[in-house]
Amino acid sequence: MDLHISRRTEVLLVVFILFSLLYGSRGEIPPKPTGGVTIVPPVKPDGPQAFPDAEKANLPVFTMDYPRIQIPFEITLWVLLASFAKIGFHVYHKITIWVPESCLLISIGLIVGGIMHSVHEEPPAVLSSNVFFLYMLPPIVLDSGYFMPTRPFFENIGTVLWFAVVGTLWNSIGIGMSLFAICQIEAFEVQDINLQENLLFASIISAVDPVAVLSVFEDVSVNEQLYIVVFGECLFNDAVTVVLYNMFNFVAEMPVVEPVDVFLGVARFFVVGLGGMGFGILFGFVAAFTTRFTSRVREIEPLFIFMYSYLAYLVAELFAISSIMAIVTCALTMKYYVEENVSQRSCTTIRHVVKMLGSISETLIFFFLGVVTITTEHEWNWGYILFTLLFAFIWRGLGVLVLTQIINPFRTIPFHLKDQFGLAYGGLRGAISFALVFTLPDNIGRKQLFVTATIAIILFTVFLQGISIRPLIEYINVRRTNRNLDTINVEVHCRLMEHTIAGIEDLCGQWSHFYWKDKFMKFNNRILRRILIRDNRAESSIVALYKKLELQNAMEILDTYETFIKNSGKPKKKFLASDLKSMHDILSKNMYKIRQRTVAYTNKHALPNDSQTKEILIRRHTSIRRSLRPGSFQSSVVPKSHKYFSLPAGKSLESKFPPTRLSYTDDQETMSEVAYPSRRSRFHQPGRSSSRAMMPLQRLDTLKEAPSVDVLDESTGERGRMGHGMSRTNSSSSNARIPAPRRQFPPSVDHDSSSADNFRNGHHEATAEEEEQQQQQQPSSPTPAWAAETQDNTAQNPLLRRPQWNPKRK
Amino acid sequence: MGSSNSSVNNIPNAQELMQETGFSAAHILRLHERFEFLDKHKCGQLRLVDRPTNQPQDFGAVQELALNPIGDSIISAFFSPGQETVDFASFVRILAHFRPTDRNQSRDGAQQEPANSSIRKLKFAFQMYDQDRDGKISRAELLQVLRAMLGIQVTEEQLQSIAERAIQEADLDRDDAISFDEFRKSLEKVDIDHKMSIRFLR
Repeated sequence: MDLHISRRTEVLLVVFILFSLLYGSRGEIPPKPTGGVTIVPPVKPDGPQAFPDAEKANLPVFTMDYPRIQIPFEITLWVLLASFAKIGFHVYHKITIWVPESCLLISIGLIVGGIMHSVHEEPPAVLSSNVFFLYMLPPIVLDSGYFMPTRPFFENIGTVLWFAVVGTLWNSIGIGMSLFAICQIEAFEVQDINLQENLLFASIISAVDPVAVLSVFEDVSVNEQLYIVVFGECLFNDAVTVVLYNMFNFVAEMPVVEPVDVFLGVARFFVVGLGGMGFGILFGFVAAFTTRFTSRVREIEPLFIFMYSYLAYLVAELFAISSIMAIVTCALTMKYYVEENVSQRSCTTIRHVVKMLGSISETLIFFFLGVVTITTEHEWNWGYILFTLLFAFIWRGLGVLVLTQIINPFRTIPFHLKDQFGLAYGGLRGAISFALVFTLPDNIGRKQLFVTATIAIILFTVFLQGISIRPLIEYINVRRTNRNLDTINVEVHCRLMEHTIAGIEDLCGQWSHFYWKDKFMKFNNRILRRILIRDNRAESSIVALYKKLELQNAMEILDTYETFIKNSGKPKKKFLASDLKSMHDILSKNMYKIRQRTVAYTNKHALPNDSQTKEILIRRHTSIRRSLRPGSFQSSVVPKSHKYFSLPAGKSLESKFPPTRLSYTDDQETMSEVAYPSRRSRFHQPGRSSSRAMMPLQRLDTLKEAPSVDVLDESTGERGRMGHGMSRTNSSSSNARIPAPRRQFPPSVDHDSSSADNFRNGHHEATAEEEEQQQQQQPSSPTPAWAAETQDNTAQNPLLRRPQWNPKRK
Repeated sequence: MGSSNSSVNNIPNAQELMQETGFSAAHILRLHERFEFLDKHKCGQLRLVDRPTNQPQDFGAVQELALNPIGDSIISAFFSPGQETVDFASFVRILAHFRPTDRNQSRDGAQQEPANSSIRKLKFAFQMYDQDRDGKISRAELLQVLRAMLGIQVTEEQLQSIAERAIQEADLDRDDAISFDEFRKSLEKVDIDHKMSIRFLR
């Protein structure tokens, strides 16, 4: 099958290449008819020679008019060609593990370029400044900006900006100076390049584009800090590079540079950077505001995202400020609010289209890089180019080293040497450099040399560093994120620690280290959200969501089966490797994600997953499911009418259910007799008293199948141990809410556990409201990340339709 | 939000606290503000429950903590055994565990182990499991925490198996419980300093 596909692909490729070659990018119609097709030139009334055979104007049965469709046709063909190449790689998916996609694309481009060169065709003029910067670059940047993991990004924003700005400056100036020094050496015959031109060239090649590196990092699961710094640096140094480029470009044309120019240059840099951000934020807010009113026109909602971001880009280009920063900040700002306002389908559409456009652009760019490499004229100069490579490498390494030393004291988690190596080695060059060098003005004498050198550097870094970075990273064992650690112990304990830290941070009232973010979130909640987010969510959407989830979960229950050996109390169990694996799976899938620490890794080439919000939803709705379980005792206890209340919008949960607690210190004795131990004491006193408080439930021997209540435990735990004020007649009844299969447990285990669970019990009356409240609260609470992604889940399961049954809905 | 000494001096025992815990004056100040924010009744102590009315108070007022699966354990760690209230000094002392470790700290023999050392951090984590403070994590305690942390989809058998496995891995002296040393040993590859530190805002 694979072979079949790849052969077909090849055939298609060849066919398309032939077509494109035949019709050529110059649009010349071959004068001779080919293959029996009659080319009919425009009808001339007096031209009998145009119709060699026919005498009168017979109705032409078959005509062709190529020039009319030429441009769109060729664009489509090229895009298809590049996309076929992409499909082709993934046929053998092992390839993409070892060789980054960008390498492969460039190689294919080289091949195609070779073909074209040999038939003396010219590649399409894709690399003119306008086409690249106006059409090909924005989708890529939008993609990066939209899927940027915001929380780690903002936590590391100082570092990111530091590396992006200062690092790029360091690189440019360093490389420029050293190259200038090299130019003085007569042997290389490059003396005519003056300092400005060298600096200009240096600024071009110091733009890093670690697309390949990011996917390697993702695969290897390097620690989040490194990932986000590389990611952010790549994004922002594009902006810096463009600024520097323009500045040096301007300066290069001037015969003499005066100090005031340098000063102006610095000022311009700030204008450009901050202006870009300002425009981005402005457009982001406008977009968010617009989407507030689009509830009736859902079909065009995605349009706004694209139009506004593109508008931000163009307006920034208009004023010659950093359009990349504009579009990135626009996407960042917009995303949060927009995803709450738009419907779930629009949300999915937006994400898909953003990814798609970004992917296409990137593919095309690398592809054309390959093509153009062959087809342009090169001017090769061994000395200059080799020294360029050398200096690029050296200065980047030095730069990372020095800058990290300076910034490490300011970081909570300093960068180790291995991280620094990853950072330095991950400095691949890419598309931006490529585009910039083509837009160099022609009055620079050695433009061809620069072009050649840039292409050489790009190819070198992408191929060599791109391919070798993966083994190197694995070899030096860069500090990884804690995924799939060795033992169950470690996994559990680490998660516990993360929860602890999250809890302590909440207690301290600070939020992810940043004072300004604290303030911003308060501002956000109070002012921004009111303006930008549409309040009146249709209640039916929440109800429908619950129904769907209900159905989904019912289906899942039917599908799953137990995979574990029953624990029958043997002193020592043997665990098979498969058991372990299942355990790890279970742990990784089911442990609550730390609200602040989840790394929202976004693979460059894949859509992000929404597991966190899905998890929250599952927690929520499963508690409803539990409450509806037919065999449950508590259904007799809890009046069904209490379920599914909806709180009036805006009220907080506490107002409705003031939590009441029992303190155990007094009631230890009474706890054992009392028939209402349902009042959960959340704040059980530490130390001896708590354990004793848990003890009294030993009497519940008969109902030791407590564990099912845990379900509720977590679900309510998540929502807040509030709303416990419901009276439950008997804690034992809550214990009994278990389905039959789960009855066989050794008693000893369950005492303490069951006791604890009892006391953390659900109150089904509260669950429904809590859940709905949570649904409503989720957007408003600062902690869950940009939570409107909840709506995505339902789109994922095609089997879900609106169920008809609704037993308890009011 | 200045770190002027005069305001720090208003806090009782500020200097001692700073010495003991390693917090700076600015940190102490901010923590004090937070303490006062939490202490709605202005009685100088934080408590769990307001006795007369049985309303949760102070610690209970921190909403996000309520959502935390092990929120209870965290809160109970602040209270010394038998105590019902937490004063500022205890508050700060516990929080001192979470300061990032000072790397180049030289320890002379006489100096007490600093509050934010790795051992202390580990002890705190251990305490999250070991609610009854008997120095061991029993199977039940482990199960309890596991249950709290795991989602609904996990069945009881799976939980049991996981707990069983965890004890098997860590329990070296075969007493079916994890002592602190065993706990520490099982986490030796993990960078505790990184995981159990927060950078306190000024």
